[in-house]
Amino acid sequence: MHIHFLDPYRPLRSPVHALDPRVKLVLTLAFILTTALTPQGAWPVYILLLSLALSVQVLSGLGVGYVQKRAGLALPFVLAALPLLFTVEGPALFNFQLGLWRFALTSSGLERFAGVAIKSWISVQAAVVLASSTSFPDLLVAMRAIRIPKLLVAIFGLMWRYLFVFGDEALRLLRARAARSGQAVDNALKPGGSLAWRARVTGGMAGSLFLRAFDRSDRIYSAMLSRGYDGEVRSLPLPPLQPRHTLILATGLVLLIGLLSPAYLLQ
Amino acid sequence: MHYSPAPMHIPDGFLSVLVSVILWVISAPVVAYALKRVGQDMGERQVPMMGVLAAAIFAGQMLNFTVAGGTSGHLMGAALATILSGPWAAVLVMTSVVSIQALIFQDGGLLVLGANIFNMGIVGVAVSYAVFHLLRRLPGGRTMKLLIPGFISAWASIVASALAVSLQLAISGTTPASLAIPAMAGVHALIGIGEGLITVGALAFLAATRPDLLQPGREGAPAGRAVWVFGLLLSAGLAVLSPLASSNPDGLEAVAERLGFIETAREPLYRLIPDYLFPGISNEALATIAAGIVGILLVCGVILAAGHIRRGPEASNR
Repeated sequence: MHIHFLDPYRPLRSPVHALDPRVKLVLTLAFILTTALTPQGAWPVYILLLSLALSVQVLSGLGVGYVQKRAGLALPFVLAALPLLFTVEGPALFNFQLGLWRFALTSSGLERFAGVAIKSWISVQAAVVLASSTSFPDLLVAMRAIRIPKLLVAIFGLMWRYLFVFGDEALRLLRARAARSGQAVDNALKPGGSLAWRARVTGGMAGSLFLRAFDRSDRIYSAMLSRGYDGEVRSLPLPPLQPRHTLILATGLVLLIGLLSPAYLLQ
Repeated sequence: MHYSPAPMHIPDGFLSVLVSVILWVISAPVVAYALKRVGQDMGERQVPMMGVLAAAIFAGQMLNFTVAGGTSGHLMGAALATILSGPWAAVLVMTSVVSIQALIFQDGGLLVLGANIFNMGIVGVAVSYAVFHLLRRLPGGRTMKLLIPGFISAWASIVASALAVSLQLAISGTTPASLAIPAMAGVHALIGIGEGLITVGALAFLAATRPDLLQPGREGAPAGRAVWVFGLLLSAGLAVLSPLASSNPDGLEAVAERLGFIETAREPLYRLIPDYLFPGISNEALATIAAGIVGILLVCGVILAAGHIRRGPEASNR
């Protein structure tokens, strides 16, 4: 079994996939920034942002269901905002008693909570569309274009290349452990030895993963040297932006500013 | 993919824009300096070494062991990376891991990536470096010099990162400090034990197989007093500030409010003036309904257009 299922990229043919990765990255970041800057309680703007996100999902051919499934990964964190329901002061919607504590659900608390939840939901959808419609090499080009240091982009690129190699390595280690240390079929039974023993075995696996990483990086470095690497990261010059894509970028940015500006102009 | 067993990667929407921007402003120069320092130490080996180590840490986060009743211990890896490759390299490795997790796997947001880099890449690394090198001076054999410092620094890195997360959430007004700090610190004090045990296991394994990797001073040039002092100050600051903030949450929230961190949520500043967004609609509820209708029309239009585009090439092929 290989770990390539981790790669979220779906190679499809759609206008969203065809869009220049630089434009896509900048628009995604601007969209998330707009969502973050939208004040609490500006429901019409949230609705428009959400319908924008949904339209792009439809247009990308990824399918709304696919994007929503991936977006669900950010869901557990909503727990962190849950206390807002009860701690924000305001008129109580209803009270209830839990043990010693009395809770009062307030409408302003509900509004704040919904605001945080919807912001994070809309933002994560944009990030999912970006990751699923842009191949990683294209993302690296986009990162170079927005002036992320070249060396850092090169490290990201190399990391990505070996991510799946080490993912497979980790899966093999896990399988070897399962084969040797007697994993219980019944979850209630304790697998293997004591807790400290299990932790030590896992630590040994992590250690050997590191050893393999050190050795592999030596081999990769030699291979790079033998191909003429001299510490300088060379890459093709960025191709010029097509006018059509520049237009899309400008339209998108104007649209986002247009959505946001009433909130700030009318303060 | 969501490997982290407890909330540590903050998604977008949970931090106020001001907090996110400030943490970007702190993180970006640190990462830039780390790039320069590691470049000086490693030269042209930097790119392959850092890239591969980051991939290994990412994969290492998949390793787990069952604790009890369906819960499991995981590895974050900041302490192990710091001990094995030095603080500046570890900053780069953790930055790469956290960035790829956010960009590709939506584990953590993009706007708050600066905060996540700060929490896991900078706080985690600085604290584990300071703790490890402080305890390493203890007298004694391998256990005292390597394993115990390893355990404590790994545990401290997790708890310190969690405290940083909860302070940021509190300053943003997302979670009250009185709840966030004890909850995050409590949960991660337990999770940190798992991290510490795995780190000790890894260090014991490496000490037995490749002791040369653990020689003091092997991890490039000494990091200098600055990292040391920064790490200690950070640990001490978090240790002092957190109980203070959680026992006196009103203080923290008052400061946050005065500085304008907490978005002005208590009184909605957003007053739709109807003429502006939707001419002729004079009511906020109507504006919301109108926005809903516009949204539905937009999505339906795109569905129709997308169907049309997809049918286009096939029809012309026939």
